[in-house]
This record gives sequence, C-alpha cells and structure tokens, in this order.
Amino acid sequence: MPLFWLILAVLGVALAGFILGRSRALGHAGGDSRGLHSLPNYYGWNVALKIMVPAFGLLVVWLLLQPLYITSQISEMIPEASVADGGSLGLVLAEVRRAAEGLDAAVASGAMTEEFARDVRADFADVTQRLKDAGQIVTGTITQPILNAAQSYRIMTATGNMAMSVAVLVLALAGLAWGLRQTGVSFRARNVVETSVRALLIAAASVAILTTVGIVLSLVFNTVEFFRLYPASEFFFGTNWAPSFSGRGGASDLGVIPLLWGTFYISIVALLVAVPIGLFAAIYLSEYASSRVRSIAKPAIEVLAGIPTIVYGLFALLTVGPLLMEVFGKEGLGWMQSGTSVMTAGLVMGIMLIPFVSSLSDDIINAVPQAMRDGSYGLGATQSETIRQVVLPAALPGIVGAILLAASRAIGETMIVVLGAGAAARLELNPFEAMTTVTAKIVSQLTGDADFASPEALVAFALGMTLFVLTLGLNVFALFIVRKYREQYE
Amino acid sequence: MYDAPKTAESTVSQNEIKFDCRDCQVWYGDTHAIKDVNIQIEDNTVTSFIGPSGCGKSTFLRCLNRMNDTIDVARVEGQFLLDGEDIYDRKVDPVQLRAKVGMVFQKPNPFPKSIYDNVAYGPKIHGMAKNKAELDEIVERALRRGAIWDEVKDRLDQPGTGLSGGQQQRLCIARAVATEPEVLLMDEPCSALDPIATALVEELIDELRTRYSVVIVTHSMQQAARVSQKTAFFHLGNLVEFGDTGEIFTNPNDPRTESYITGRIG
Ligand SMILES: Nc1ncnc2c1ncn2[C@@H]1O[C@H](COP(=O)(O)OP(=O)(O)OP(=O)(O)O)[C@@H](O)[C@H]1O
Ligand SMILES: [Mg+2]
Repeated sequence: MPLFWLILAVLGVALAGFILGRSRALGHAGGDSRGLHSLPNYYGWNVALKIMVPAFGLLVVWLLLQPLYITSQISEMIPEASVADGGSLGLVLAEVRRAAEGLDAAVASGAMTEEFARDVRADFADVTQRLKDAGQIVTGTITQPILNAAQSYRIMTATGNMAMSVAVLVLALAGLAWGLRQTGVSFRARNVVETSVRALLIAAASVAILTTVGIVLSLVFNTVEFFRLYPASEFFFGTNWAPSFSGRGGASDLGVIPLLWGTFYISIVALLVAVPIGLFAAIYLSEYASSRVRSIAKPAIEVLAGIPTIVYGLFALLTVGPLLMEVFGKEGLGWMQSGTSVMTAGLVMGIMLIPFVSSLSDDIINAVPQAMRDGSYGLGATQSETIRQVVLPAALPGIVGAILLAASRAIGETMIVVLGAGAAARLELNPFEAMTTVTAKIVSQLTGDADFASPEALVAFALGMTLFVLTLGLNVFALFIVRKYREQYE
Repeated sequence: MYDAPKTAESTVSQNEIKFDCRDCQVWYGDTHAIKDVNIQIEDNTVTSFIGPSGCGKSTFLRCLNRMNDTIDVARVEGQFLLDGEDIYDRKVDPVQLRAKVGMVFQKPNPFPKSIYDNVAYGPKIHGMAKNKAELDEIVERALRRGAIWDEVKDRLDQPGTGLSGGQQQRLCIARAVATEPEVLLMDEPCSALDPIATALVEELIDELRTRYSVVIVTHSMQQAARVSQKTAFFHLGNLVEFGDTGEIFTNPNDPRTESYITGRIG
C-alpha cells in the first residue's frame, strides 16, 4: 500500500475513533454531557490520539529502520570485486537502488512482467536492454551481482512495505479498541488530552533544540578536524590571510585576525549609521508623530527590512561605491582606490539595519508606561526633557539590547560584504580600503574547487565557529540586558 | 454625618479666586465625562473633590493643568481661568502652566531613577538650585514635607521604584512639592497610606494652604472633612454640589449628596 494511502487510512480510523469515542461517552452518560468528567469532544480526541500516536510513531520508526536493514542485507550480497569496480560500496548500493527502481518502473509500464523482474536466472544483458528500451536511466550495463542484489532489494522492500502497512493498521485498530474501552463516565479524558498537548509542544521545542545542537556539533567536529591539520595558534593569532589556491595543503596562511578586523570595522561603520538614524526615527515615531503619520511612516521604514540583502549588495556595488569614488577617489580626495571598500559596505549595511534598530527601539520606547511621561509633564518638563531624562533612561537597557542584536546581524551579514567591501583580507585603518569579513571568506573558501578535506576548505568551519561564538556571545549579552530592563519599573 | 472642624469654617470666603472654571466639558471620544461644570477654586484653600468612582474627579483635576492634552481622545471645552487668564489659550505654554500647577497622580509613578533624582528632577529642570548643596537642601526639605525623609535618608541613591506602594506615593508627593507649585492637585494622595503617614500628609496639606491653593481628590469622607474648607461633590460627570465643607457634610442641599456621604450611593 503506498504511504499516502496508509496515512489516509490511519487518519480515517482516527476520525472514526473520534466520532465513536464521543458518542460512546455521551451514551454512557445517557446523552447528558454534564454527567461526564470531561466534555464529549475530549473523549473523541482521546480515542483519536490513541490511534494516531502509536500508529504514526511506528510508521516513522519503520520508515527509518527498514532502509538501514535492507542496505545491510544487500551489502552482504555484493562481492568484493564489484565494490572495487564501482569505486566504493556507497556507489554500488546507489547503482543497486537505481536498478531496482528501474525494474519497478519497467514493471509498472508493462515492459516487463513481475515474474521476469523477479527471475533470478535472468540474463543481465537482456535486462539492461529492456530497461533501456523502457526509457530507464541505467549507467552502463548492470552486472550480474548488481542485478541479483537489485532483485532481492525489490523483494525485500515490497515485503517490508507490506508488513509495515499491516502492522500500522493493526496498531491503529488496537488503539481504537483501547481508547473506546477506556471511555466511560469517570475517565479523565480532558487530562489525557492536556498531557498530549504538552507532549506535542515539548516535541516541537525539542526538534528546534536538537537541530541547533546538531548544527553546532557538526561545526565543532569539522573545526576539530581543521585544527588537526592546521595549528590553532596560527589560526587565531595569524595576521595574514593567504590561502593557497592549489587546494592541496601547501603554504597557506590562514590567520583569522584580518578577517575579524574587517568584520569588526564594517560592523562599526554600519552601527554608526544605523544606531543614530534608527533611534531618532524611533523617538520621532513613538513620541512626536501623530497617529496618522505613524501609520504611514512605520510600515514605510519596515519595508527596508523586507529588501533582500543581495539587492542592498547591488546598491552598494552600483550606486554607493561609484558615488563615494567621486568624492574620495582619484578625482576627489584620493583616499579611495576602488568602489569596493569598508565605507561602501558599512554605509549600505547601516541602511539595512535602520529598520531593525528603529522598530525594536520603537517597541521598547512604547513599552515605557505613559504614567512615567505624565509624571514628568506634571512637573513642568518639556517633551524633549521628558524623553531625554525619563523615557530614554527607562528604555536604555532595552535599546542597548536592540543595538546588540543589530550588531550580531551586522557581523553575520554576507551578501553586502561580498559585493560592497571587496575580497582582500587586510589589516588597515583607512576605511576607504577594500577589506573583507569572516562571512565573505567562508563563501569563497567553499565555492572554490578545493578538496573538502583540505585545511583550505575546513577553515570555513573554524571561521563559522568563530562567528557563531561571537554572535552567540552578543545575543546572550543582549538578552541578559533586556531581561534586566524588564525588572525596572514593576 | 460628619462634623467639620471649626477652624475650616472660620477661614473661608475671604480668599481670592485662583481657578475660575465655567461651562467645562470633557469628552473621551464619544463619552461625555464632564458636563457643564462651573466651579471657583480659591487661593489659600483646600478644596476636596468627592464622588463615586468613575464620576470624573480625576478627569476634571487633570483639566486644571492640561494633563488631558496627553490623551489623544480627550477633548476639553469651556473656560478655565487661572488668575484671570485662560489656561487653554493659545498663548499659554502648558509646560509653564504645569510648573505652576503641580500634580500628584492617582497611581504612584516614580521614575526609574534614584530617590534623590526623583525629587531633584523638577528643581533641576526649572533651575531652582544654584549648586549641589542647595539642591540637597531642596531635596531634603521636600522629602521631609512628604513625610518620608526618615525612611529614605540612608538610601537616597537607590531606585525610587524599589519603594513600597505607600512610600512611592509619598515620594511622588515630595517630588511634586519640590518644585514649589502655586496650586497643587492631589489625586487620592493617601490611598495607600497608613493612618500615621496619612496624618503627616494631611499636616503637609494644611501647611501648604498657608501659601498655595490645594485641590485634593479623596474617597474618605473623614479626610475631606478634616483637611478641606471647600468640598465639591461630583456625580456622573456633573458637579452636583459645591460649597463650604461644613455645609456640605452637615446640611447638603441635594439628596444625591446626602445619600453619598451617608453611604447610600457610590
Ligand atoms: N483615558 C481615558 N480614555 C477614555 N475614557 C476615560 C479615560 N479616562 C477616564 N475615562 C472615563 O471617564 C470617566 C471619568 O473617569 P475618571 O478617571 O475621571 O473617574 P474618577 O472620578 O477619577 O474615578 P476614581 O474615583 O475611580 O478614580 C470614566 O467613565 C472613565 O471611564
Ligand atoms: Mg480618579
């Protein structure tokens, strides 16, 4: 039975279970729901849950385990020789799987009978030819061991799927019986549903956390791998970034300091642009603007946040860079060599961060209770005195939190840097020089043709890890500050 | 019914009029919160506003220093003459008005600053102190008048928000008197205070009366009788009755006033 139908069948049983459980509970109470411990729907849900949870649980586990089992069975069947021919066991198994799919499709389209597809003595040349005729993609010719493996693969898969369908359906029906048996006047269906809701929420949270853990672990392992190939001290304290392009070891300098400096420098420029503008915009919007202006201006600023960063990158490359060149380039002050520079990327990134700072600060300023302002006005303070001396100090920790969040976005930004800041890793003070950042280098290290096991590629993970630790630190710090601020006026 | 103190009766009616309010109306959107109120508030007098919850006492009080300006939906009409000058006139700067007409709010609202800075806030803004020593003096005097000095004198640098509700209320009173307003509007200033602190605040109010005009909103009949010389009874946005406190409490004209002060409505 195809998976889709199986799922539908279980859902169908669950629906029936819901209706049956509900009416059974009502029946027990003589049609009066006040006699029941819980509302009738809870009994329905209880039965439906007893059906769906075990059945789908089994389904998922089965779907995960069956391929593993079959693969291990099949790999035993494949002789050493064909593994050597095919390159690696993984490739041979892929070939087996492809052949099996080809057979499936051929049977489905009528080019082969089921008996022929299962015939162990079938001639592999003939099968290959027939598969090709049926329009199946077959790489080269299928060898005898592969054909045999494919045939048993097919058979095992079919049997496995059959067994799975039966098991899942039986479990669903058992769940139905169990749920219905429980249903009675004093059964606490409401509590059961409550527990399941909690379990569902915990499951969702765990998925989020486990994925994060998985990503971090993969970063850590690859970073460790990198440090086995390249000394950590040279990575952290090296002031030169010059990966060799041959890709195979050799004399690469992989010092992170120029990249961190570039990241830091560009982020500072961006924050110098974004923080004052964003903050003042937020103050204007939350304190001065009439509600009509606010209703237009706030969404208008937030549109900035919806622009994809690649568009900002284009803007940096094609508009801001040339503009800066006119003023600071050879014709102007002569500080700038080319359109890509720290200044270009920083300015554009600052524009990108404005809505980030302004909408967060706006929320924080609005959260300062009106009573604070009233208190200040009541003492004869003007609006700007009130904002400067009462509202902003009260909101300051929150605003600092917003700025730190903006900073961690600036540090993680890639596209604008790639297009606006250039690709040269430099340790310089002139903001009109091209520099580059950690993120941009991660991209260039992985998009080259370097071997993934070489330090030149693995360094990307170490860079990613560095970045992750940096932004994590900033975020934790920001959250800490924001939390402290909550305690302020309560 | 309560007996008004003798002293209160003897000092009324020879004072100048501080606030002269005529045909005052306030709307919150479509809600008509204050209807046709006419009232004269005298200088060197304590005037108390009484009435059931939601009748518009706070609303009317806030009109007197234009605090309703900060509420978008609020609309105020009528004449509010302070020393003969209409406070809602274009020429009048609400900021200066509020320095002259101070206010203690119904809910204590200390700033999230130190106790010292809370009190020093007004004097600093208005440049009342020439140096730190003078400012210290102003702060101490205000806190003493607010009957809270002894409790906070050792912790002036701690946040005002960390005080108890009653302490915050007195801190706000101290903050308001620190700017030396001519008129002090107090919205239920003793709602969270124990009897001793209440007595001290009432003492302060009596002292303030010698120089200023005080308007106090209260839900305590005894308090109104104790501290005020004039009493205004509000009901559903109307000013039902206004007169000498002794008169209102012993011999009310309106049956609604009588039922309220004897506890039958409200
Ligand atoms: N900001 C506001 N927006 C809309 N309506 C308001 C607002 N403030 C007060 N009101 C309404 O105006 C009326 C008078 O309110 P007000 O606060 O003046 O009552 P009060 O006499 O001070 O009551 P209490 O003794 O409970 O403090 C009430 O009906 C209230 O619902
Ligand atoms: Mg009130």
